[in-house]
Amino acid sequence: MSAASIALNRFGYGFSAKSAAPDDPRRFLLRQMDAFDPAPAAIATRLGTRAKTGEMIELLRRLRQDTRAMAAMEQAGAAAMAPAMTDDMTRQEARAAALDGLPPEYREKLIEARRMLADDIAVRVNLAVSSRTPMAERLVHFWSNHFSVAVGKPGTQFEAGPHEFTTIRPHVFGRFSDMLKAAVLHPAMLIYLDQFQSIGPNAPFIQRRAARGGGDQQRPRGLNENLAREVLELHTLGVGGGYSQDDVTELARALTGWTVPGIGQVGRFAQTQPSGAAFVALVHEPGARRVLGRSYAAGEAKQALAILDDLAAHPATARHIATKFARHFAGDTPPPALVARLEADFLKTGGDLASLTRTLIEAPEAWVAEPVKFRTPFEWLVGALRLTGVEALPAQRIVGALTQLGQAPWGAPSPAGYDDIAASWAGPDALVRRVELAERIARNVPQDGVIARAEAAFPGALGESTLTQLQRAESGQQALALLLVSPEMMRR
Amino acid sequence: MHAGFDRRTLLAGSLIGGGTLALPRIAFAQGSGTRNLLFVLLRGAADGMAMLAPVGDPGFEALRSAALADYEGAPRLGSFFAIHPALAEVAKSAAAGEALFVHAAATSYRERSHFDGQNLLETGGTAPYAAKDGWLNRLAGLMNAGAPSPLRALAIAATVPLALRGSAPVSNYAPSALPEASEDLLSRVSQLYAGDAELGPLWASALETKEMAVDDGMRNLRDASAAGDLAASLMRGPQGARIGMIELGGWDTHANQRGAFARSARQLDALLAAYKAGMGAGWADTMVVVATEFGRTARLNGTGGTDHGTGSAALVMGGAVRGGRVVADWPGLADRQLFEGRDLAPTIALESVLAGAVAEHLRLDPVRAMAQLFPGRSDAPLSGIVRG
Repeated sequence: MSAASIALNRFGYGFSAKSAAPDDPRRFLLRQMDAFDPAPAAIATRLGTRAKTGEMIELLRRLRQDTRAMAAMEQAGAAAMAPAMTDDMTRQEARAAALDGLPPEYREKLIEARRMLADDIAVRVNLAVSSRTPMAERLVHFWSNHFSVAVGKPGTQFEAGPHEFTTIRPHVFGRFSDMLKAAVLHPAMLIYLDQFQSIGPNAPFIQRRAARGGGDQQRPRGLNENLAREVLELHTLGVGGGYSQDDVTELARALTGWTVPGIGQVGRFAQTQPSGAAFVALVHEPGARRVLGRSYAAGEAKQALAILDDLAAHPATARHIATKFARHFAGDTPPPALVARLEADFLKTGGDLASLTRTLIEAPEAWVAEPVKFRTPFEWLVGALRLTGVEALPAQRIVGALTQLGQAPWGAPSPAGYDDIAASWAGPDALVRRVELAERIARNVPQDGVIARAEAAFPGALGESTLTQLQRAESGQQALALLLVSPEMMRR
Repeated sequence: MHAGFDRRTLLAGSLIGGGTLALPRIAFAQGSGTRNLLFVLLRGAADGMAMLAPVGDPGFEALRSAALADYEGAPRLGSFFAIHPALAEVAKSAAAGEALFVHAAATSYRERSHFDGQNLLETGGTAPYAAKDGWLNRLAGLMNAGAPSPLRALAIAATVPLALRGSAPVSNYAPSALPEASEDLLSRVSQLYAGDAELGPLWASALETKEMAVDDGMRNLRDASAAGDLAASLMRGPQGARIGMIELGGWDTHANQRGAFARSARQLDALLAAYKAGMGAGWADTMVVVATEFGRTARLNGTGGTDHGTGSAALVMGGAVRGGRVVADWPGLADRQLFEGRDLAPTIALESVLAGAVAEHLRLDPVRAMAQLFPGRSDAPLSGIVRG
């Protein structure tokens, strides 16, 4: 690959006829850091439309008291709970039938939640497709995957989009500690990893309930350490980062009280936080905490923030982040020299992500001529839409395509996010799906000048054999489909 | 057939036999014929205590009082264990002597991360991330050694899971909701990839699988019963895949476990029933092994769920499986008997179960299989899983 092709494809989302060609590849990338718009209009218009999460969870809790409604929901089963992830009519009918079994107010909420999710996914994709700062969009999606949330639990459909839009986007060239605090304490994460219903065993709420004699047996409540564990293992220190089960439990205690607004008996005591989360002191575990050998005084909401700040600055975090960052841009087995450089930069700057990005751009390991990565399905689709000039594709089409490719946004199979290695994506079936989709995309777009476009998309990097196949194609449409699945397009 | 709870007997047999246990039919990697193996990975740490409840243990009621009602009238395996009612078809297979549970089993992993636990279970390494390929792929490699052509190994999944990744050729298949590509484009893609060392073989494998799959009208793997049918279509007959793998999620029941577990268990039950039916006469030569990365806490947590734990249950089914039993060295549920005071204590190495089961079924030397699939373990492979 030429440096120009690397700047377009390895660092970005590929060629778009609307964007300038990278004359000076490094400057082309550095300029994007200044030009990036963290809060474009398309997102601002989305954010005024929700705040329904607490209502939805409360509704579900009320329904749980109603055995008839619960039986209907049980029948509706997974089909009704699954997010709307397909454009296929049969599936939609099956879903509609399943929805029929639900209590009407809950059904309406579910439909609303799905529509909102699909629209947020479309905003994410269309922003990347039309972006003049595609490297920055790649970084948004990289960090969003680092702080992965997946939809499924009631309410998360409303929150997954805002999680990325408000906790990731503003910080991609900011400080890691700010992104960490925002992303971990956002309602989407608090629900996804069960934090919102975690209660300190010695919290005032528990004491009062005990004093009243028993309390609500229908709602078993207590400490849940799921988020605390993932913060240590995935978001900060990483596996082998030197934390113990005691650290997990202590962080879990510190995190109690962080929840989402509008739920439970304690909801009226909630102090709304800037992230959209709420802090309820009544359910916070009182007292000082000790994490990784450091003590933290009692401090309600601020206690968890202080611990997160220290975790963000920990050397194991620097190592973990440097490794993932290098893997994303410089190869499945990241070059140790690059990891070391990024790690040193992270430590020196205290987690300045703009500096980290500049260090990556300046690093020779990121510019090796051989392709170093197999494009993930999301990268491939955005690249294909940019190359073919498709803009503002309808939400259902986008969601359907990404689902079929195996990488719907905010749908990773685990809190570790989607894998970032070829072995997870370069499968026979995955190729068939890309070929099927390529033929479909090529049918509905301008099909002229495919070879010129191929040369612009992969400047100085288009292989002889691909060129031959494009020239032999029986039509512009077929040539375009072949270009979309060419080896050049599959790798970066 | 003997239904019930084999305390230490079965296990002891294999331990005493150790490395030299010589089943008469064993010659290394010889004559697997058309035997099939399906590995079902339950991702998310399935709760073995919910799957196969130790209702005979006096500690069970105290730990799980909120879930006790689920097991009233549930099918029993002996007087000690009750099978979760959502696993009705599995229970029938157990009653027919074709399904065997192993309880209080765990890999050598003793932390509580899904990702690491799955990594260890799938790679078969002694530590997470220590091995890069999967044990099922190495199994394919063992079977391929000396064979005229490599056997077909297939994931029924949208991407190849780690357990099946490695140097032996494998592929994956899942039904697509996209319109099929034209024949002309498919053949041109073959030319486009002809000189590409990575894409060429992947593409050839994709075209082969496409020929076999029975998935008319199917557009995804969400319908577990249809997924079971599809798996059978890709594995039966002389052209079928000899080794298959399928994954089921939905087991990470941190909150409100009763409903969530039942839903996932019903999916598993439907998948296994459809697969068994789809294999037809081939079921006699088929083994299904179901396992999960680790178990869950013995006690229900504050949110009616269970957290990441240690010991869990595994399930082995098949036409030749000596079933209708539970193999366990039951550790007990009293506080002091729980692992770290919170989890079902593991008393059987899951690696021994996997290696023993697949070796007996596929006529491999169990000791060599254990050494190749799960290197660095001191445990002997479990024996006596298949009817001799």
